[in-house]
Amino acid sequence: LRRVTMISHLIRQCRGRFGPSVSRITVRNVSFQLSETHELIRNTCREFAEEELKPVAGQLDRDHAFPAAQVEKLGELGLMGVAVPEEYGGAGLDALAYAIAMEEISRGCASTGVIMSVNNSLYCDPVLKFGTEAQKEEWLTPYATGEKLGCFALSEPGNGSDAAAASTTARADGESYILNGAKAWITNGYEAHAAVVFATTDKEKKHRGISAILVPKPTEGLSLGKKEDKLGIRASSTCTLNFDECRVGHENILGEPGMGFKIAMMTLDGGRIGIAAQALGIAQASLDEAVRYAQQREAFGAPISKLQSIQAKIADMALRVESARLLTYRAACLKDAKQPFTKEAAMAKLAASETATFAAHQAIQVCGGMGYVTDMPCERHYRDARITEIYEGTSEIQRLVIAAQMIKENSL
Amino acid sequence: ANVKMSMKEEACSVVKTGVSRSRQGFAMRVLVGIKRVIDYAVKIRVKPDKSGVETANVKMSMNPFCEIAVEEAVRLKEAKHASEVVAVTVGPKASQEQLRTALAMGADRAIHVLHDDPLEPLSVAKVLGKVAEKEEAGLIMLGKQAIDGDNNQTGQILAGLLDWPQSTFASKVEIGKDGTAQITREIDGGLQTLSVKLPAVVTADLRLNVPRYATLPNIMKAKKKKIEQLGVADLGVEVTPRISIVEVNDPPVREGGVTVESVDELVTKLKDEAGVL
Repeated sequence: LRRVTMISHLIRQCRGRFGPSVSRITVRNVSFQLSETHELIRNTCREFAEEELKPVAGQLDRDHAFPAAQVEKLGELGLMGVAVPEEYGGAGLDALAYAIAMEEISRGCASTGVIMSVNNSLYCDPVLKFGTEAQKEEWLTPYATGEKLGCFALSEPGNGSDAAAASTTARADGESYILNGAKAWITNGYEAHAAVVFATTDKEKKHRGISAILVPKPTEGLSLGKKEDKLGIRASSTCTLNFDECRVGHENILGEPGMGFKIAMMTLDGGRIGIAAQALGIAQASLDEAVRYAQQREAFGAPISKLQSIQAKIADMALRVESARLLTYRAACLKDAKQPFTKEAAMAKLAASETATFAAHQAIQVCGGMGYVTDMPCERHYRDARITEIYEGTSEIQRLVIAAQMIKENSL
Repeated sequence: ANVKMSMKEEACSVVKTGVSRSRQGFAMRVLVGIKRVIDYAVKIRVKPDKSGVETANVKMSMNPFCEIAVEEAVRLKEAKHASEVVAVTVGPKASQEQLRTALAMGADRAIHVLHDDPLEPLSVAKVLGKVAEKEEAGLIMLGKQAIDGDNNQTGQILAGLLDWPQSTFASKVEIGKDGTAQITREIDGGLQTLSVKLPAVVTADLRLNVPRYATLPNIMKAKKKKIEQLGVADLGVEVTPRISIVEVNDPPVREGGVTVESVDELVTKLKDEAGVL
């Protein structure tokens, strides 16, 4: 009896010291093997990426061309609504399946990956969670099937990280709202058929006065700015949405007025898993190139894979990719178990994005001159990787999120 | 009375072969044999003791020609020529992964004949024959050969054991209305078209079709589909090997060419050394 009480006392102490997260990795088995279903999903997505994305990714990037044909096939495969239930046109899978699919698709083409990620995490997810049945029928089902494309409009020319300072307004006018303002850096902005727009409906309430509003495209009062000329992920469109007396019906409010900030933060938590997975895909693609090249390229009479300085780079890349992947899977599993996952998602996104830039950088180093030219995809991975540290929460913001959670869990 | 008898006879023979003509139309069960092999993209390594190739920790997949066979069977069902597609494999427990892939591609159910050691074509054919009889298959589709053994025997032996017509290296399959099928075969001389009476054995060649990706919703549906597990003994088949593998070696490393001084020397070398004349 005494031994039992000692052990349970220890466990309680551990829980107190490390917070609720430890109790989820208990003395029961921690399985690091994916289920048969998840392996099947990984295989399908990998085959698709190898055959349909990798061969055209370079050209898409050069042409800044939206991969319409590929996105249509993604829709057919069920990849545009991975975690949306079947009744709403989705594949009915979980966050882990989504993370796996995102990594494999992004490994083939990072632009296609972000197009898929925005549609899944930033558009379908909030509509699924906060939409009414009528809203879901109109604004979710055709988007989960890939028939239509969605986007997420939070950032503005005047505020990115400082989301609460949203200056886009939505003033009530009878049965509608009238939007004024501008939203910047909107991925899928050009091709989307709808946007989840965050606008201030009650300025007095500060961030509690922000609402999420579903805006169809095209609509009167909404105009698009020019397509941004980006360093990377060039096949995806990024533009400004300009609202000038843009009228939308009252029924387009997602959730309740004033819920916008909460919806945005919750949505970004899930979005971080998707972007972490995208970064993993870029990192893995870079690692693959480096390992392959190192065995073929000869210097000093032997393949450079025999040189310790190259081996060290490969080891460091592999270590970081594996670490980031485990963090990403853990965040996804927590989300699937309906446990809090804010801290873990921030860790995953931070780790994976910094890994992507590290791996892409080192891969160019391993490939030398060949890594610098467009004959090899290394230079594209380098350019694609950079944005993962910026969007869906900069690395600096991720650190704030993690620290805030740590302090909350261990508050004196 | 005469008419009734002959209809009953027809019904009996129909049940045995699984090809029936009902008022609703053609109802045929297609049995597709698949094999778990080392993935085609993997670099094969011979075991140090030369007893075989390394399979531990190596990526395994469905044999590419088997994938083509599954695809064709599913297309036959979609075109309403077949009523059910049953995937079958003979192999270790892990072969279930390949059966799941077949189910995700559109097969209705699967049969797993559990056997840990690799089997020769003769044994596999015997097992498949028993399964075909048990399932009353109206058509058996196989890949023309497996990329590990490259034997190209199982389909042919199976047809012989069942005493069914065979059509190998198929590049086109068309089911007729009168219990026959027209198969175009890729042979050395070109293309040959055969008309076979069903039930028959057809083996798939590369250009028969391009297999579909398993969509995510279908992967989810596949989880609910049934995989029946059988032992080789349950089917009453004896599978002792007739062949024993003596040694497995890497193909010889490609050597450099030889310069010859004259055409006569070239002809002599081609005749005596290369053995191609």
